[in-house]
Amino acid sequence: MFNFVRQRKYWYIISLLIIIPGIISLLFRGLNLGIDFTGGSLIELRFEQVVTVQEVRTVLAEHGLEQSVVQLSGENQVLIRTGVITEERNQAMVAGLKDELGGLTVLRNDSVGPVIGKELTQRAILALIIASIAMVVYITWRFEFKQGLAAVAALLHDALVTLSLFSIFWLQVDSAFVAAVLTILGYSINATIVIFDRVRENIKGARKTEPLESIIDRSLWQTLARSANTALTVLFMLVALYFLGGATLKTFVLALIIGVTSGTYSSVFISSQLWLDLKERWPKTLRPARAET
Amino acid sequence: MRLGNLLKVAAIMALAAVVAFAAFSRVPNVPWLPLTQDINLGLDLQGGVHVVLEAVDTEERRATPDAVKRAMGMLEERIDQFGVTEPVLQQQGLTRIVVEIAGVDDPDQVVRDLIRPADLIFKTDDGETVLTGADLADAREAFHPQTGEPVVNLTWNPEGARTFGEVTTAHEGRHLAIYLDEDLLQNPRIDEPILNGKAFIRGYESLEEAHRIAVLLRSGALPVKLNVMEKRMVGPWLGADSLARSVNAGMIGFGAILAFMVAYYRLPGFVAAFSLTVYGILVLLILAAFNATLTLAGIFGFLLSLGIAIDANIIIFERLKEELRTGRSLRSAVDAGFKRALVTILDANVTTLIAAAILYALLPIWIKGFALTLGIGILTSMFTGLVLTRWVLQLVAGSGIANSPRLYRA
Repeated sequence: MFNFVRQRKYWYIISLLIIIPGIISLLFRGLNLGIDFTGGSLIELRFEQVVTVQEVRTVLAEHGLEQSVVQLSGENQVLIRTGVITEERNQAMVAGLKDELGGLTVLRNDSVGPVIGKELTQRAILALIIASIAMVVYITWRFEFKQGLAAVAALLHDALVTLSLFSIFWLQVDSAFVAAVLTILGYSINATIVIFDRVRENIKGARKTEPLESIIDRSLWQTLARSANTALTVLFMLVALYFLGGATLKTFVLALIIGVTSGTYSSVFISSQLWLDLKERWPKTLRPARAET
Repeated sequence: MRLGNLLKVAAIMALAAVVAFAAFSRVPNVPWLPLTQDINLGLDLQGGVHVVLEAVDTEERRATPDAVKRAMGMLEERIDQFGVTEPVLQQQGLTRIVVEIAGVDDPDQVVRDLIRPADLIFKTDDGETVLTGADLADAREAFHPQTGEPVVNLTWNPEGARTFGEVTTAHEGRHLAIYLDEDLLQNPRIDEPILNGKAFIRGYESLEEAHRIAVLLRSGALPVKLNVMEKRMVGPWLGADSLARSVNAGMIGFGAILAFMVAYYRLPGFVAAFSLTVYGILVLLILAAFNATLTLAGIFGFLLSLGIAIDANIIIFERLKEELRTGRSLRSAVDAGFKRALVTILDANVTTLIAAAILYALLPIWIKGFALTLGIGILTSMFTGLVLTRWVLQLVAGSGIANSPRLYRA
């Protein structure tokens, strides 16, 4: 019979099938970092006439920017990504394109200095660490330390799955991605806590002889409808935003879709099971969570 | 008593409908959404530019705190004179200045003009600097009375006028070069001494261009060199497009959520749909009340919070179903369901709030909007979930019109 806890080996393996290739990819290739991290300019233009990538490149070369990435991003729309350039050069380039390729509208013109990129990376890592610590503290206060550890392991799992897929499929990462990962942490821990909460309640009402494994399995079944339905409603919104919400925040929404899916999976298949493993391996360090209230 | 409860439900629904309707206001982009007129749209939705400038040391000029302060004053004057409404100008740290400008056709032009040093120099042909922008009393654009071309008329201050008179007398018949930011603008011949303290610069394509230069000259040369560290510019078209698209996506997502809730939970699903609608209006109301600025990231945060807001309802309804299956009466099942769901909802939401708070504190300004609406959304959802949904469900249960467990899918 299907059991959430007894067959946990398989659930761990499914996760590792994504995470291990992901870690290898992260180590050897890293992430496709956008200008928010590396510095540089990202310019989106809409021309009045049809232009080709080659024409745009030719003009860029006149400005010494032949290294730039040029992409068509829609009808007569062109996306240009350059390295770090001064504001004067940035504007001279746009003016040059306007002169040589006919009228254009600047849809977007972002430039980020290298210092800002470095600051963002530092802040992103800091935010991740602070969030993880704050959540372990909160869960330790409300539940127990090992549950805090298991919950944080589950959320790191979700962050890793998201990072892995972005690395493997070489999707570009910008500062909105950082916000997405942190939101995923919030969502993942939220999903895990609803289950821990049910486990705590069931431990209180359970017979002394019932093993924790069976209590956890029962709790997971009881909360399954909630886990699935909440994930579904959130995904309805995210999928609508992904397909209809415009290009600007597409990777942000995609990261959330991956994260919410992973967060739901880890809350049902990973976090409580990890907690059980932690308790079985180190039974004496802390007393079980027989809720006092 | 039963009829009374029923009337109460009807009254609440009617009241909510009236509030929602009264809050409706017409805006160009989303005329049918309530309150949108009272909420400021961010730069990414109405088009605009966010720039972080950094004062850097050069050989001639050092980026002292005093110089940065004076530069801020000049930037303010320049922005004012360009006719930008409600610009944001803030000092960040010691040497950074954040500028936000919305509602202009060509934000890049404004940035270009803002960081221009505007160093005006008059040099004699032996290379001596005789006058600078600091000697100006005024600079105004005009059409040249004879040629009709756009020019900038310069008026020297008394001391400058005296120097100008002396220089034009001493160098009569020779050239006087005019440089702006090290570009040689003109090198006219001095035909006769000019003693009235007037001069002009020509060579502009339009009066508007002359106006911009006049503004720069009036505000004076920047005391420091400003570099653009970060710039986020969204054109008005893209802004309007983003707004329209995200509203559209939001409506479809919202509709899908409501349809799912009603199909899955039946009667409670309707209650959830009602409380979620009130939730949406409440969040907009709070944003309007706090005079918050709604960015694209903010809209996404709000829409995501709709998905999360429904979670409180789902937790409650699942509990309610379980309680009903144990054979409790509807009223006691509603009470027990809420009591048990309360702890879960609190614990679960606190952690998401922690994440939102950290996002708000540590991430760049333009992402803060996401954290803010997410945070407001979570707090509001606890209210609508735990208070409003509960209240309406209790009233429905109390009215006795809908007692069949099948209506609750139990």
